[in-house]
Amino acid sequence: MLNKILPAPFLSLFLLVFWLLLQNTISAGLLILGVILAILIPLYTNRGRDFPATIYRPFKVVEYFVLLLIDILISNLNIAAIILMPSRKIKPALIEFPLDIVGEVPITVLASTISLTPGTITAEIRRDGRALLIHALNVHDPDKLIQSIKQRYEMRLKEIFKC
Amino acid sequence: MTQLPSWAEWLVSSLIIIGALFALVGSIGLARLPDFMARLHAPTKSTTLGVGGVILGSIVYFSVSSTFSFHELLITIFLFLTAPISAHLLAKAGLHLELRRVENTRDLRSQPRQYSDEDD
Repeated sequence: MLNKILPAPFLSLFLLVFWLLLQNTISAGLLILGVILAILIPLYTNRGRDFPATIYRPFKVVEYFVLLLIDILISNLNIAAIILMPSRKIKPALIEFPLDIVGEVPITVLASTISLTPGTITAEIRRDGRALLIHALNVHDPDKLIQSIKQRYEMRLKEIFKC
Repeated sequence: MTQLPSWAEWLVSSLIIIGALFALVGSIGLARLPDFMARLHAPTKSTTLGVGGVILGSIVYFSVSSTFSFHELLITIFLFLTAPISAHLLAKAGLHLELRRVENTRDLRSQPRQYSDEDD
């Protein structure tokens, strides 16, 4: 029954928060209108969702987001240090990152995470979809970088999406 | 314009200055780094914190001077969603056009053709 009314509970929650942020105030009327929209929009668009993904561990998502914010902060400081360093001795590398996770949504999240964090950008996905090509700005040990991405992000995504 | 308490003035101005500094560093990096792929790193990363600092300053200013205001956070959400995608598209274009890379770039692809669009 609840599944019928709320086919995508997290999408509904996101829409409600989004609505309240757009309004920038909280009042009973706005809240009720927001709840109605948050229920109606997922019902209407549910058939058009191409890549359904289920979040199994919502609290892990919060943990992941906080971790990501901290890493973005560190990444900014690292990049700033590299840019302002007087010597231009950087060691870039194109690294192949073998994927353990499957599915469009988890891989997209992982690729975006890699692009947002210290000195790495996702450039391409292999034809069979089982590896990402990463460009790293300054890396001494590529294997260590792959291990740290696997432990910090991929393991957590695996738990969140169970894939 | 309302008069802010002095602690809020200090906080807002330092947040804005930090944000502006990171945006400046990102622009310097864009001009200074050696090749296309390395240049990509500077604006995608430093801009997130640059914009983030200015947005935090704005939240503090409007929250202290009038009522609570959080709709600036939407800008951060949009930026987090779009910054990796634009970086990815640029990196992909750079890769497929095989732009010149600095000599000490290590290419660790075991089968480079697996990442190209060419027909076999």
